[in-house]
Amino acid sequence: MLNYTLGHYGYWFTLVLMMLGLYGMLLKNNLVKKLIGMTIFQVSIILFYVCSAVKWGGKVPVLDPVIGAADPSKYINPIQHTLMLTAIVVGVATTGVAFALVISIYKRYKTLDEVVLLERMKNDNDAD
Amino acid sequence: MMLINFLTKNSPVLIPILYLSMGLLIPVIAGGRRHRLAWPTIALVILIGLSISIFNIFAVIDAGKPIHYYMGEWVPPIGIEYVLDHLSAFVMFVLNVVAFLVIIHAKDIVRHEMPGKEVPYYGLISLMLAGFNGIVVTGDMFNLYVFLEICSLAVYGLIAAGEKKSLVASFRYLVMGTLGACFYLLGVGFLYLTAGSLNMADMKAIMPYIYNHPTTIIALAFMALGMALKMALFPLHGWLPDSYTHAPSTSSAIIAPTGTKVGSYVLIRILFFIFGIKFISEMLPVAHIIAWMGAIAIIYGSVVAIAQKELKRMLAYSSVAQVGYIGLGIGLANPLGLIGAVLHILNHAFMKACLFLVAGNLRFKIGHSMISKFNHSIRKRMPWTMAAFTIAALSMVGLPPMAGFFSKWYLVMGTIKNSNWIFLAVVLISSLLNAVYFFRVLEKVYMKPLNSGSPEESDENTKPTEVGLQMLVPTLVLAVGLIVIGLLNALIVKGILAYIVPLAGM
Amino acid sequence: MTIPETYTSLIPLWAVLVSLAAVPLILISSKYRNLRETWTIAASIIKFGLVLSLLPGALANKTAEIKILEVFQGVDLTLRADPFGVFFALIASGLWIFTSFYSIGYVRGLNEHKQTRYFASFAVCLSATIGIAFSANLLTFIIFYEILTIATYPLVIHKETREAIIGGRKYLVYTLTAGLFLIAAAAWTYQIAGTLDFKAGGLFSDGMLTAKNALPLFLLFVMGVGVKAGIMPLHSWLPTAMVAPTPVSALLHAVAVVKAGVFGVIRVVGFVFGPYLMREFGLNNILMTLAGITILVASLIAMRQDNLKRRLAFSTVGHLSYVVLGAAMLTPSSFTGGMMHIAFHATMKITLFFVAGAIYVNLHREKVSELDGIGKVMPWTMGAFTVGAIGLAGIPPINGFVSKWYLGMGSVELGNLIPLAILVISGILNIAYLIPISYVAFFKKGEKLEGKGEAPLFMVVPLVITAILSVILGIFPDLFFKFYKLAANIAVSIIGAN
Repeated sequence: MLNYTLGHYGYWFTLVLMMLGLYGMLLKNNLVKKLIGMTIFQVSIILFYVCSAVKWGGKVPVLDPVIGAADPSKYINPIQHTLMLTAIVVGVATTGVAFALVISIYKRYKTLDEVVLLERMKNDNDAD
Repeated sequence: MMLINFLTKNSPVLIPILYLSMGLLIPVIAGGRRHRLAWPTIALVILIGLSISIFNIFAVIDAGKPIHYYMGEWVPPIGIEYVLDHLSAFVMFVLNVVAFLVIIHAKDIVRHEMPGKEVPYYGLISLMLAGFNGIVVTGDMFNLYVFLEICSLAVYGLIAAGEKKSLVASFRYLVMGTLGACFYLLGVGFLYLTAGSLNMADMKAIMPYIYNHPTTIIALAFMALGMALKMALFPLHGWLPDSYTHAPSTSSAIIAPTGTKVGSYVLIRILFFIFGIKFISEMLPVAHIIAWMGAIAIIYGSVVAIAQKELKRMLAYSSVAQVGYIGLGIGLANPLGLIGAVLHILNHAFMKACLFLVAGNLRFKIGHSMISKFNHSIRKRMPWTMAAFTIAALSMVGLPPMAGFFSKWYLVMGTIKNSNWIFLAVVLISSLLNAVYFFRVLEKVYMKPLNSGSPEESDENTKPTEVGLQMLVPTLVLAVGLIVIGLLNALIVKGILAYIVPLAGM
Repeated sequence: MTIPETYTSLIPLWAVLVSLAAVPLILISSKYRNLRETWTIAASIIKFGLVLSLLPGALANKTAEIKILEVFQGVDLTLRADPFGVFFALIASGLWIFTSFYSIGYVRGLNEHKQTRYFASFAVCLSATIGIAFSANLLTFIIFYEILTIATYPLVIHKETREAIIGGRKYLVYTLTAGLFLIAAAAWTYQIAGTLDFKAGGLFSDGMLTAKNALPLFLLFVMGVGVKAGIMPLHSWLPTAMVAPTPVSALLHAVAVVKAGVFGVIRVVGFVFGPYLMREFGLNNILMTLAGITILVASLIAMRQDNLKRRLAFSTVGHLSYVVLGAAMLTPSSFTGGMMHIAFHATMKITLFFVAGAIYVNLHREKVSELDGIGKVMPWTMGAFTVGAIGLAGIPPINGFVSKWYLGMGSVELGNLIPLAILVISGILNIAYLIPISYVAFFKKGEKLEGKGEAPLFMVVPLVITAILSVILGIFPDLFFKFYKLAANIAVSIIGAN
């Protein structure tokens, strides 16, 4: 049992991060904090992938002339890493768009608190 | 001849490349002083995309089996491949034809609602279409996530373009949408762990060996959840009403018919083509749950739509209900239900595009689309727009010979085949609910007010103004198209959709 | 049984399309009244001519058929002019000619608004009705049935008063719901039988229907067609729809819409289930009970109505169930009588409604209690009314007697005399609620009638002609259109098939 828990510590940590992220997204009122939660959630998934690439006794997936390329179990799996490069980029882009929105919202409504924001939106008769 | 060969061999990949490159090139072509070039460029690009998608349909029917394209000549399962099969070609066509008609309509209204922002706006539209078409045609599950995010980011931008309340709506959609995409990514991760491949066709072959793994079940759950959120299946629809209502008219008109459809497409792909019907209906009750979510969505969406005072918001909740139809069709897990769901993708795209274009016309000419302020004068000033609205409304209610009747007919037959009497009742009752909220608008517009001769009415009567031809023709083409695809639906089913059924393993 | 010989012909399609083609013409000529009216009259005459050309074939058991296109796996949108279809189409298109003339007189006499919308909707309705008549399978039937519902809506709410809008909503709720039941029933039928084609004698092969699905399926069908056929308790839209202008009530709610309903009932009884299956599962008894109750209750309620049109509406409800009763009895004479009653009741009822409209246009009176003495100023109108009233009661020599006779004979053939008793009692009740109107019109002294004359010619001439037609058909039922021969043939084809 202990072996199991210790052996999968990466995944447990991922789980904790995910819950933190969800907590931030759902339960925080400040828009920026929601974004932080969202980013943490995305990062936890990246961590999940990276954790899953690990193998016992595996080396970094750069071709080592000593070991050679014949036995794949000597290197950890590079696929998840490459996928996560893409995912990181996607995360960056999403964060960029999100902050652009946050800035625009602040410019218009002068607040970043969701409760106050909803109040001010109700009175915003200029819009549809 | 060589051109045809070239087009056929590369058919899966042409459209995403087209839109991706043009998305980057539009600011270059139409930058600075040349911003008037933006609209003609995007219209031309979408026209080319539409032609290629029509060609693709014929290419697939000719070939009889899916067409594969390997990116960079790397062979799957290591390489990423693009697959064009009947379902992909069909959905691609729907996306592009609706986009084309909406973009023709868009020229004046974009200038009117978002002056000075045309260049980035059309660039975003191109990126969004790149994302949609990429999702539909890719054969690799991670590649799908990439395109999903591409189109989502573009959509967040398009919705927010209206400034005002759409900013918050877009933010909310951003948070929820990213959550959904992350769930999908998580599901893919689990699946990769068990199967070792990311290629869809490969996954299908490996599936029988990994059915009993708990990881597979988790993967299915996460992927389905993520896609249900993207397609706004109840109860994950919360982002939809605000987004569609507050977005600029063109954004609503182009996103509403297409965005949720792409989510439905992905759901069909992962449920039927990757996991297989045995897994989702016999071993796990996934199909059953989705059918119930769809059924509740139908009733919920229709009932809440009745309570709406503003036309676009009413249409948004109506969309929630219509997505429920597709969900129900998917969840029935029999050929008739699946054909009904896919046919409804086409029908609903046309209907919603027509309705949102009408809303755009109304906003353009009379400045608002509040139902409570509609009156008789609209019928006099915009007769053709209201005629298109009437046809689309009758189609939504499900009256023949419009298209809506036929997709409902397939769903009815699907529910009877499974002896699901509750679902049958849900589909039928929803017609009545749809009739309530559509006829309310029709009554307001077509009947004289009870105290006729009220001053504001006679004032506005003096200037009958219909929208210009450029905005009117797409609206009418979509409306007439509803009647045409209704009558010709057997052709569509026999020609394309019938091939999907064996591919789905039924 | 002689299997009808089918040949391909475009005539049924033209018959449906001719009034649809008139619609854009009517819409463009909305500013030129006489031109606009010409389109309506021309379309109605051409339509009638086309349908008439199909009559000889129908009598010789040759059926014109045209497959238009496939709309579902294995089910085509097909128009087939079988004898029953031709029968119904003849009545609808023939009476449309009269109604067109009458309508012109009515809307001009009252200077009604939105006349263009009125005539255009009428044209679409007639297209839909002929489409229903010529439907070869349940799916085509449903398509035209729903089109009829939508096309009649602008006519029901024509006056656009609060009453009219509420009446329209009720009409829509009833008819749309009925449409949904019909869709469910048809889909289930396809599941069980694999086909939706109407076949004389029933489309189910042996053993397809079991006790478990026969009754629910039949009930779904009854709720589907029963709303338009006015079977109680699904009838209440009919009196409410009397807010429509009288020509609308006359043609649509005495001839087209409601007759489409009973047409549907006979199609279901004779061409979907068939007499054998109806008897096997006791479905005929259910239908007979519903019809019998409707006849009696409707006649009783009619006696208590003061509004003339509402009285006629309940009378229609009762008489529609004559047809349903005839179908439910499942004997050759009863089918013949029921079908002939479709035709004959149409001529009589349309006369009565025309009279009601004439009285309204001329004297602005709607209530029975206000009709004292008007026979003296409107002799032709009230004379026609009397003819229609006598006929509805089933008294010779009006055509109502002929159809009632055959219905009675059907009851005797069945060996059950209860239907006969119901018919007799209903006849007496008919006298009770219609004859007094003629009596007070001619024999009581009226008020405020100085200087008034007959209704406009455009209105009086059609109603007199339909009244005379009722008399002639009463004496020579086979004259002109061989209604008797047609009906008898159809009855034999349904029953003889088994």
